[in-house]
Amino acid sequence: MKILITSIAALALSMSALAQESSIDTSTWFDDPSTLTQTDGASIYAGVCAGCHMPNGQGAQGAGDYPALTNNSSLMATAYPISLIVHGHKAMPALGGLLDDKQVASVVNFIRTNFGNDYADNPASAELVNSMR
Amino acid sequence: MSFNPEGVTRRSFLGMVGAVAGAAAMYSAMSTMGFAAQSNWRGRLNLQGAPDNTNILILGAGLAGMTAAFELRNAGYNVKILEYRDKAGGRCWTLRGGDSYTELGGFTQHIDFAEGNYLNPGPWRIPSDHFAVLDYCKRFGVKLEPFIQVNYNAYLHDSEAFDGQPQRFKEVATDFRGHVAELLAKVVDQTGLDQAVSADDAEKLVAALKRYGALNDNLDYVTGSESSTFRGWSHPEGGGVDGKPEPSPVNSLSDILNSSLWRNLTAGDNLHMQSTIFQPVGGMDMIAKGFEEQVGELITYNAKVTRISHEGDQVSASWVSADGGSDEQTETADYCICTLPFSVLSQIDHDFSPRMSKIIDSMPYASAFKAGIEFKRRFWEEDEHIYGGISYTNLPITLISYPPNDMFSDGPGVLLAAYPWGAYSYQFNALSPDERLAKVMEYGSQIHSQYYDEFKTGASVAWHRVPWTLGCYGLWQDRDADYQDATAMDGRTLMAGEHISYLPAWMEGAVLSALDAVERLHTTITEA
Repeated sequence: MKILITSIAALALSMSALAQESSIDTSTWFDDPSTLTQTDGASIYAGVCAGCHMPNGQGAQGAGDYPALTNNSSLMATAYPISLIVHGHKAMPALGGLLDDKQVASVVNFIRTNFGNDYADNPASAELVNSMR
Repeated sequence: MSFNPEGVTRRSFLGMVGAVAGAAAMYSAMSTMGFAAQSNWRGRLNLQGAPDNTNILILGAGLAGMTAAFELRNAGYNVKILEYRDKAGGRCWTLRGGDSYTELGGFTQHIDFAEGNYLNPGPWRIPSDHFAVLDYCKRFGVKLEPFIQVNYNAYLHDSEAFDGQPQRFKEVATDFRGHVAELLAKVVDQTGLDQAVSADDAEKLVAALKRYGALNDNLDYVTGSESSTFRGWSHPEGGGVDGKPEPSPVNSLSDILNSSLWRNLTAGDNLHMQSTIFQPVGGMDMIAKGFEEQVGELITYNAKVTRISHEGDQVSASWVSADGGSDEQTETADYCICTLPFSVLSQIDHDFSPRMSKIIDSMPYASAFKAGIEFKRRFWEEDEHIYGGISYTNLPITLISYPPNDMFSDGPGVLLAAYPWGAYSYQFNALSPDERLAKVMEYGSQIHSQYYDEFKTGASVAWHRVPWTLGCYGLWQDRDADYQDATAMDGRTLMAGEHISYLPAWMEGAVLSALDAVERLHTTITEA
């Protein structure tokens, strides 16, 4: 085991030359083959949304775009991000099967109050999400 | 970086067992690609008689776009292709040493694989019934070699079964088959199936099951020479004084069933995985290069399409330089074949019909993740006698595939070290390339203890971060309702690509959809 840890450290060192950002805690990740198991909004964001909207919500541009969530006035209406997450639209896949009602509400409340957004009013609830499925 | 020797938690295992429907749904989704019917290729096209000065604009230089360009140019049309990237091939793509790949978000990987080694981030196998792709390979001189799907000496692994120790495929396969054969043989033998099987048939069925399941004369599947002839010996057959083998102990039916390892026993029986299947020598993009040699002169690279519009008898596509230029240029043609993924097309200004627009807007692209790790030596061959094939695991990496080429060579080799879909892939997508590799190493080392000692370098592709597709393949929301309408000429444009096929995610689907579009377009033009 000790040898293993040493070699892990060596690997981490050899890979750090390529490091582009600090490591994040993934201890609650990868816990189920068909659903996300993270529960708080920040962890859900980091575990799925950040894949496209990027860790700091800045989005990305290629042949098509992933919209930035930073200072995004579309998030003013609670129902809008809920609908997009549950049902998908255009390049955004439906994540209603990956996330339960509570998880959707948590991550909606997270993006509406982070990345320069200040929409703490009318927070999402699991009930509201459920009514929109 | 954390290390979790137990692999996934007990809770997650129970969750998996409890959520059989969910897991089954995922497996079903994963194998959808393989359950489609075989290719409907009808032979080479030989289109003749294109009217003079008829211009066809093709959007996208993947396999669909280049197939269309090749056939239409040969028929005498004036063909131009607009391509977002600086090379052709689209998802038919290979990463080699010396390549740089920048994914969405700006994360750049400098691939450091040794000469001759590579990762195919997209397609990696060509079924023997994918006639159209195989025929183009033959025509363009793309060398093919066998891809090994099933290796009886590869592993089946579940972190909650057999103390987390990987089991050889041959052991699990033989035990499962043997126990099932024993049960059925004994039921038949005791005339329990009088209603279903005649006496004559019953006798033959028992004989067949005895052979099929490696049963002894009592119709028992037990430890002995019969079973070891298939599952392997604990002391191997040899020569000299030590030559006599010792049978290996069979696992009980209950242990096999509870291990869940039976889940992947039939992976290689799938229509599109049945031996013999192929890969191009040197990497999948050898096919793209084969096409590019034929039609490369027709391609405008680095062209990001910004608008598609129809006016009168013409269709136009405007584009800007993909590396950030703002000068807009416009190509105008008589007809257009659009192979852009709908995930991209949905974000481009266009004037397609409301019906087509609705279909385009309803097709997100699937999440998938692949990692290739290069190791200093081919330990899977040298230490474990695994030559090609695939090991399957319940860990988030899902599988490990061993290179079917350059076997027995010294020096570094690249494993396909992860290929998950669904929830696991979403989480790999969300990590930086370094963090992904660290997780892949953590999981893979639970199957091959040599991982950390032999690590050399790695590369990974999260398909949702691929700038020119925004995902892996098109997901129909209601294919039965929408498919036919998506194939229809809209204005003067026909859609093509893997998404316009019942072979989604396969190169064959992309090529067949292009051939079909080309034939219909030619008919429309010449019969007008």
